[in-house]
Amino acid sequence: MSELRFEGVTVRYGATTAVDDVSLVVPPGSVVGLVGESGSGKSTLARAAVGLAPVCAGLITVGGAPVPSRGRRPLQMVFQDPYSSLDPRMSIGESVAEAMPRGAGRAERRAEVARLLELVHLDPTRAAARPAELSGGQRQRVALARALAGRPQVVIADEITSALDVSIQGAVLNLVRELQRELGLSILFISHNLAVVRYVATHVAVMRDGRIVEEGATDRVLAAPDHDYTRELLAAVPGLSTPTRSPR
Amino acid sequence: MKRWMSVLRTPVGLTATVLSIGVLVLAVVAPLLWTDNADAIDTDDILAGPSAQHWAGTDNLGRDIFYRTLVATRLSVELALAATVIAVVVGLLIGTAPYLLGRRPGRVVLAGTNIAVAFPGILLALFFAVIFGVGAKGAVLAIGFAGAPTFGRLTQTLVAGISSRDFVAAAHVAGVPRLRILFRHVLPNVSEPLVVNATIGAGAALLSFAGLSFLGLGVQQPAYDWGRLLFDGIGSIYVNPAAALAPGIAVLVAGLAFNLFGESVAKGLGVGVVGGIPALPPSPEALEADAPAAEQAHGSGTDLVLDVRDLEVAFPGPTGPIRPVRGVSFSVRRGEALGIVGESGSGKSLTALAVSRLVEAPGRVDAARLDLLGSDLRVEETKAQRRLLGTSLAMVFQDPMTSFNPTRRMGGQLAEGARHHQGLDRASALARAVDRMRAVRISEPERRAHQYPHEFSGGMRQRAMIGMGLMGSPALIVADEPTTALDVTVQQQVLDLLAAIRAAEDVALVLISHDVTVVGEVCDRVLVMYAGKIVEDLPAADLAATARHPYTRALVAAVPDMDTDLDAPLAVIPGRPVDPADVPAGCAFAARCPLATARCHAEEPPLEADGTGRRVACWHAGEPIDLEVDGSLLGRDEREEVEAR
Repeated sequence: MSELRFEGVTVRYGATTAVDDVSLVVPPGSVVGLVGESGSGKSTLARAAVGLAPVCAGLITVGGAPVPSRGRRPLQMVFQDPYSSLDPRMSIGESVAEAMPRGAGRAERRAEVARLLELVHLDPTRAAARPAELSGGQRQRVALARALAGRPQVVIADEITSALDVSIQGAVLNLVRELQRELGLSILFISHNLAVVRYVATHVAVMRDGRIVEEGATDRVLAAPDHDYTRELLAAVPGLSTPTRSPR
Repeated sequence: MKRWMSVLRTPVGLTATVLSIGVLVLAVVAPLLWTDNADAIDTDDILAGPSAQHWAGTDNLGRDIFYRTLVATRLSVELALAATVIAVVVGLLIGTAPYLLGRRPGRVVLAGTNIAVAFPGILLALFFAVIFGVGAKGAVLAIGFAGAPTFGRLTQTLVAGISSRDFVAAAHVAGVPRLRILFRHVLPNVSEPLVVNATIGAGAALLSFAGLSFLGLGVQQPAYDWGRLLFDGIGSIYVNPAAALAPGIAVLVAGLAFNLFGESVAKGLGVGVVGGIPALPPSPEALEADAPAAEQAHGSGTDLVLDVRDLEVAFPGPTGPIRPVRGVSFSVRRGEALGIVGESGSGKSLTALAVSRLVEAPGRVDAARLDLLGSDLRVEETKAQRRLLGTSLAMVFQDPMTSFNPTRRMGGQLAEGARHHQGLDRASALARAVDRMRAVRISEPERRAHQYPHEFSGGMRQRAMIGMGLMGSPALIVADEPTTALDVTVQQQVLDLLAAIRAAEDVALVLISHDVTVVGEVCDRVLVMYAGKIVEDLPAADLAATARHPYTRALVAAVPDMDTDLDAPLAVIPGRPVDPADVPAGCAFAARCPLATARCHAEEPPLEADGTGRRVACWHAGEPIDLEVDGSLLGRDEREEVEAR
C-alpha cells in the first residue's frame, strides 16, 4: 500500500491554468475526498495523475516513485459516466481482462476475471455480457473491477456516483468502502456531494479555481470549516435546514 | 447484424441490395459466358443499328455492343473497387495518423488533409493521370488517391470522437499501447459509418472511371470498360444512339445501385428500428367516463391550475404498446409546489412532457382529464391553446445548454415568445426580456441580453431558462431535473430562485427530480412514482418520518445526508427498476420489496386516500420494515438481479 502525493502540480491548457500549484497527499490505505464545483480543477488533477492531462510543473508520486507516463501504472481511475467508460463492443469480461498485467495464461485470466467480478458483487457467469445489458450501477461495478484488475496501489474515483440514480448510489458507495477496507487501497475520491464524501472519506480537501483552499480530517472540516467557500458548500447541501456558520 | 438485416426491409434498401448483387454477379459471370460473342468480329455488319441479332447494334469492327457492355461489367467494377480499396486504405492511414502520432505531428497531418480535401477531386485525378500515365493503372491510382483525403478526413473526425470517450482513456490508464487501443477500441466503434461511406465511394469511383475513360484518360484499347464503350459509341451517336446508350445505362444502374445501397445502409443503421411497428389503436380508457369522484379530494376546483386524471402515455413497441405512464392522477393548486420523484424510467419526466403537450408522435397521450387553468388540453391544438401553453405554462429542462439556440443572442431568444404570444413589438419585448432577466437575478441584464448562450455559465443559463418561462405570466412552472446538471452551490441558488418566484407571483410549481432531498426541501407535496404509477402522495414534511410505502422509505434511506451513521452501510434497494415494456402482474415493486407477500405478486394495490388527503398504493402500507443493512444485503441484491433476467 502506497501513498499518492501531488507536489506543486500545475496544469495549463493554453493560457488557462486549470490546476495551480496543488500539493496533496493521500496517505497509504486511506480515503481522501476532493470536493469543489465544476471547473475547480478537481477532475483535471485526477487526469494529470493518470497521464491524461499534461503536467506543466510539479511532481506526482506513488509510493515515492514518479508515476510512469506510459505502460502500466501503479494507480487506476474510475470515471464518472458508466455509459461511456466501457467499450460497447467488448464483453465486460474482456474489458476487465484487458487491464490485467500481461503474461498470464488464458485459464488464469478467466479465473482472475471471475474473482474480480465476484469481488464487486457481479455474477461471474455474466462475463460475456455486453455493457448494454447492464444497468448503470452494474456498469459502474464493472468499471471498478477493471480498475482493480491492474493491481493498483492507488485508485482515483472521479464522481463515480453522480451519473447514477440515488437508489443505486448507495450500493456503489457501500462497495467502495468495503473494497477499501478489504484491499487496504488508497483512494482519492472526487465528488461535489459533501454528504457522499463525508460517508466515504476520512480526510477532505476543498478545491476552488485550481487551488486547494482547505483540507483536514472530514469531521473537523465539516463541523468547523475555516474557509468561507467550504461554508458556502455546506450551506448548499440539500435537506440541511440549518446552514453551518461558525461565529467568528 | 439485426440492424443490417433491417436495411432489407425498406423498399429502397431491398431494391438497392438486389441491384448491387446483380451487378456483382454479372461482373463475375458475364466474361465467362459471353467473351466469345463480344469479341466476334463481323466485318460484314459494322456500325449497324439495333436488330434482333444485335440488340444494341455493332461497333466499327462489327462487334456486338450489347454483349460488350455486359462483359465490360467486370473490368468497370474491378477498377472501381480497386480505386475504392486504395482510397479506403490510404484514407484510414491518414485518418488514424493524428491519433497515433500525438498532438503536434497529428496537427500537420490534419492540415495536409484539409488542404487535399479542399482541392477539387477531378483536378487531382487529372493531375495523377498525367503523373502515372494514361491507362487503367494510372486511372485507378488517380481515382484512389483523389478519394483518399475525403475518406481520411471522415476517419479523423470519427476517430477523434471515439478517442475522447472515457473507455479509451480507461484503456490508456490500464497501460494498453496506442496501436492496440486503435484496433481494439477505436476502429470497431467507427466501422459502421466507414463501411457505409466506402460503399457510396465505390459508386462514385465507378462514375469517375466512366468519366476518365470517356475523356480518353482511362482504359485503352484493346481493353474496354463502360467509359471506353461510351467513348467509342458517342462518335456514332447519330448513326446508332444505342451504342452510347447501352454503356450509359449500365453506368447509371451500377452507380445508382452502389450509392443507394450505401445510403439505405446508412439510414437503416442510423434509425435503429425500421418499419414493422403497427400504429397504436385508440385506447379504450380514454373513452371511459371521468375518474371516480373520490379522487377529487384536493382543492375546490376553482383554484386548480392543473388537473390530471388517468394520464397515460404509450409508445408503439415491437410486441405491442409500451406504456411508461400508466394512469396517473393528480392536481396542482395555485401557488402550490408539487414534487415528483422516482428512479430513471419511472415515467416522471414523461408525465411532465405530457402535461406540456411535448410528447411527440409516435408517442400518444390519453387522459380522462387534462385541464390547464380549466381549459382542456386533450382537444386538437388550436391557436388559443398554444397561446395558453405559451404564456401560462413555463417549462425548465435539465440541460440549459441544449435548451437555447447557440447562434442567437439571449435577449432575442427570451423576447421571441412574448412577440409571438403577447403581440409585443420588438423593443418592448426586448425590454421585458431584460426586466425578466433582472427578475431571475442575472447581473447586468442589459449587457447580458446581448450575449450568446455560451457566454453564460450553467447556473446563469438555467436562470435565463426560468426567466424565459416568466416572459408571460405563468400560472405553472414545470421543472424537469432543473439542477441535476449544476453544482451544489448553484443548485441551491436555482432552488432558492424557484421558491422566491413561487412566493412572489403565486405560481404553482411541479418539480421533477430523482433526488428525494431536493424535492423534500422545495415542495409542499410529493408524488412518488414507480413503474409509471403514483405509489404514494404525501406532504413533503412527512417524507423522512412517516412515509408509508416501502419504496418511498427505501428512497429516503438510500441517500446519505450529513447525519448518516458512518459505521453502517447505506440502505440499498435490491433489484433493478421495472422495464416499461415488461411490467409484472400485481404490485410492480413487489420483486424488490421486503414486505411483499403472495397477494402483492398477484393483485395490484389501488392508490387509496386516507382521511388526511394522503394517498398510498400498497397492501402493507406503513408496516414496519426490518431495515437489514449489513454487507450480505448486497450479495442478495445481485442474486436477485440475475434471477430477474
